[in-house]
Amino acid sequence: MTERAVIKAINGPVVTSSAAPFFVSETVRVGREGLLGEVIAVTESGATVQVYEPTGGLTLGEEIIGEGTPVSLTLGPGILDNIFDGIGRPLRDLEKKEGKFIGRGCSVPSLDETAKRPFTITVKPGDGLKGGAVFATVPETPSLIHKCMVPPGITGTVESTVPDGEYTVADVLVTLRTESGEKIELKAAQKWPIRKRRPVGKYLSPSEPLVTGQRVIDSLFPVAKGGTAAIPGGFGTGKTMTQHQLAKWCDADVIIYVGCGERGNEMTQVLTEFSELTDPRTGRPMTERTCLIANTSNMPVAAREASVYTGITLAEYYRDMGYDVAVMADSTSRWAEALREISGRLEEMPAEEGYPAYLPSRLAEFYERAGRVETLSGDVGSVTLIGAVSPQGSDFSEPVTQNTKRFVRCFWALDKSLAWARHYPAINWIDSYSEYGRELEDWFAANVGERFGSYATRIASLLAREKSLEEIVKLIGDDVLPDDQKLILLTAGVIRNGFLQQNAFHPVDTFVPLEKQMKMMEIILYLYDAASRLVADAVPVSHVSATGIFEDVSRMKYEIPNDDFSACDAIKKRIDAAIAKAER
Amino acid sequence: MVVYYKGAKSIAGPLLILKRIPGAAYDEVVTIRDGSGGERHGRVTALDEERTVIEVFEGTGGMAPEKTETSFTGSPASLPLSRSLLGRTMNGAGSPVDGLGAIPAAEEKDINGEPINPVSRTYPQNCITTGISSIDVLMTLIRGQKLPIFSGSGMSHNELAVQIARQAKIKDDGGAGFCIVFAAMGIKRDVADYFRRSFEEAGVVGRTVTFLNLSSDPIVERVLTPRCALTAAEYLAYEENMHVLVIMTDMTSYAEALREISSLKGEIPGRKGFPGYLYSDLASLYERAGIVKGSEGSVTQLPILTMPGDDITHPIPDLTAYITEGQIVLDRALETAGVYPPCSALMSLSRLMKDGIGEGYTREDHAAISAQAFACCAKVAEAKSLASVIGEEELSDSDKKYLEFGRQFERRFLTQGVDERRSIEESLDILWDVVSILPRESLSRIEDKILDKYYRG
Repeated sequence: MTERAVIKAINGPVVTSSAAPFFVSETVRVGREGLLGEVIAVTESGATVQVYEPTGGLTLGEEIIGEGTPVSLTLGPGILDNIFDGIGRPLRDLEKKEGKFIGRGCSVPSLDETAKRPFTITVKPGDGLKGGAVFATVPETPSLIHKCMVPPGITGTVESTVPDGEYTVADVLVTLRTESGEKIELKAAQKWPIRKRRPVGKYLSPSEPLVTGQRVIDSLFPVAKGGTAAIPGGFGTGKTMTQHQLAKWCDADVIIYVGCGERGNEMTQVLTEFSELTDPRTGRPMTERTCLIANTSNMPVAAREASVYTGITLAEYYRDMGYDVAVMADSTSRWAEALREISGRLEEMPAEEGYPAYLPSRLAEFYERAGRVETLSGDVGSVTLIGAVSPQGSDFSEPVTQNTKRFVRCFWALDKSLAWARHYPAINWIDSYSEYGRELEDWFAANVGERFGSYATRIASLLAREKSLEEIVKLIGDDVLPDDQKLILLTAGVIRNGFLQQNAFHPVDTFVPLEKQMKMMEIILYLYDAASRLVADAVPVSHVSATGIFEDVSRMKYEIPNDDFSACDAIKKRIDAAIAKAER
Repeated sequence: MVVYYKGAKSIAGPLLILKRIPGAAYDEVVTIRDGSGGERHGRVTALDEERTVIEVFEGTGGMAPEKTETSFTGSPASLPLSRSLLGRTMNGAGSPVDGLGAIPAAEEKDINGEPINPVSRTYPQNCITTGISSIDVLMTLIRGQKLPIFSGSGMSHNELAVQIARQAKIKDDGGAGFCIVFAAMGIKRDVADYFRRSFEEAGVVGRTVTFLNLSSDPIVERVLTPRCALTAAEYLAYEENMHVLVIMTDMTSYAEALREISSLKGEIPGRKGFPGYLYSDLASLYERAGIVKGSEGSVTQLPILTMPGDDITHPIPDLTAYITEGQIVLDRALETAGVYPPCSALMSLSRLMKDGIGEGYTREDHAAISAQAFACCAKVAEAKSLASVIGEEELSDSDKKYLEFGRQFERRFLTQGVDERRSIEESLDILWDVVSILPRESLSRIEDKILDKYYRG
């Protein structure tokens, strides 16, 4: 049954209807053009609807038709290597139908219903299946096998299957008979409401890092697979650049990149750049493991609010197949602002800075959809959630940053002054933290090297000591410091320029394997220890710095190839030579 | 037959409030007889059971509720478009004010525009050289970019905008023409005159479309001004295949007009009283820069805004910089020291620069030397703050070198004449001269092979 009502008031993207038995989150079609909307509140006198398309031209009295289903996504093969808007409409198909500008009231199926793919059926008549069980597989892209799963909540016995072969997402592949005798037809595609988390077998604790190849992250502030991280930073500090680097190089199987209220040109950049890049693990284009959600800042604000849910729902779907998925949400502040904007239109009582009082609970709900899980079918998969935050006025004490901090375990604070000096990634090593360090210690020790953890701790402590010395230097200059403290400043300089700063545009430096990261830390500490011994023997530290060895070591990132670490020994020899020279 | 609805419930500021009108559409344009023989225009901005709220473009001065008559046109605000827009001057709502009659229209378009589908965009990669060293080398302007100038009252942003408009050159423009769309929002008459005179002197009037809303003009019209300008720009770029440079000044006045109307409508204010939708509203303007596939032309935006109290964290510059692809920040300290253009190297940024410079675009050393220059400027700032505590004499030799670099950087690289056009090679060479004051070992951002070729030790 479809329910109907009429428009009683229009205010920007918010429309109020006459009394109707709609339910919250129901999909509705608004007006003659059938604009897509979602019910966000229902009262005795009527329902409040947020409209996902521009509302210009609507008149009072036009019809609102309820579709009887919550706002949902179609999940199935065809999601990867594709780009959708915030409510899951494929932008390439929209372009074919509508042209270069996005018009209104246009509906296109989320997944191409005509494309045939070679399916392999993995069940036979008589098999008992329950929600989450895989009944067919298909290579979605050359890099990834898509597993078609029984939708959660359905249990039954396979009655019939089609033979292996070419099918579309609209074809019935398997028929189930439930215990009550009901017949259920299973297709490759299923629907799922975006605001509801997909069920899992059980949640597991994180134990493996998401390797990103970015030194400051992997070595100092690692994030676990299934973890949550926030990247806050004022404009121009490199949030988007960092997100791009992570999307390119992190070792997840699937990347969902959500451009939420951001720039159109940036999405175009991701599209072009990723198709030219090769995934080092599969040798195939990066786009084949990536799905983009692009709801740029000038697209309707309600769809922007939905886009982060669209992204996380897609991620959960691939997680259920047993894959490691990483979601980049850029930027969660735009989502929070969309909430604020809609809340303002509803004339709700604002809490902090005009944001609605439910901001923290929405953020919590969102970040809690990350996690490493045992799926319904017993596989292990994960969703890692990395959200950019754009604090207003670059002030980290504002509500979105503060509330996000409560629900993430990794905080990569971007620093304006580092960005001004073009020190990228501009992740501040004093303000940032990761709570995963201890949980990942064993993995690093077993897979990279016993000393990885202790090196990272020593590097971090040198940086912390530099920070406290800087206060003194600011007041009296560095000439008056004792030599051992001068050495700390010099070494910290090497860490900053030679290790933390990483050149995203350099073919060797853009991604650095963990082994090389450890070798680099080792070399820096080798230099520090050797020079410390001299200083303890009362050799002036200026003798060491005069050899130019600190600058030399700072450049090692370009010198050591990513697959051959023999250059490290040469650098150590140069350090020995410089130390010997300084001693004379 | 046109139906006129007689009378109104009330008038508040620029808002005309009618009772419920059956069939009135959200955002449609209305024609109003003001009771004293004049005709005005407005648009519907809110609708409910009791009332229809209309923003009157020309303001409501002299109107009495009982004497107004309103008719509904059934269409959104639109602008007639054709190539003959070039050389014309319109008011903020798009009606000609140069006495040359109506614009012959090839087509008419809704001034709100439609968002460009991200897959239909072409990623901007070709630089526009402006002949200004600081911009070309450190914050390169790219065709299809939106790069605002953040300034303050009394600083030389107008001179800079005019110089850019006059000197902008596109390497290989594919035969497409170049034109300027100028949108003035709430600026003083003198400033508008200055722009007109400068365009005349540069001989570009025939290639300029002007939309004027002076500071004394109605604020509702001010909200339409950039929308009209961008609709014209999109037409010229995507239909007539021209490279369009849109100069919009002053975005601060625009945002304040938005706040004024919002507060009259009784909306819940966000930061500093600005409406919660300020970000979305600004984005609906700025995102209209770009290049679409299948057309030769491009829309490049150069919005100018004056930061209230020179405060870059004020909501207007803050939200703007989150939307635009970088910003050119003018520095009052440089301005006071007589440096023109007073572009702050550290705070300015062009996000699209990285893909539009280097070999094949400008010169192989461009990326490296600009990154090094930024790093050095950061060092200069540190050295300066130390010098202010312990005195320049007490600084280490290396810090003294940085101070010298800083002075030469301002004097030789940043400073140039308002008519001086430097080629990109000239600008890069000057920067190498200045950077070479510093010892080669300290230039950690540049690879050896580039240093070997360009460093002047």
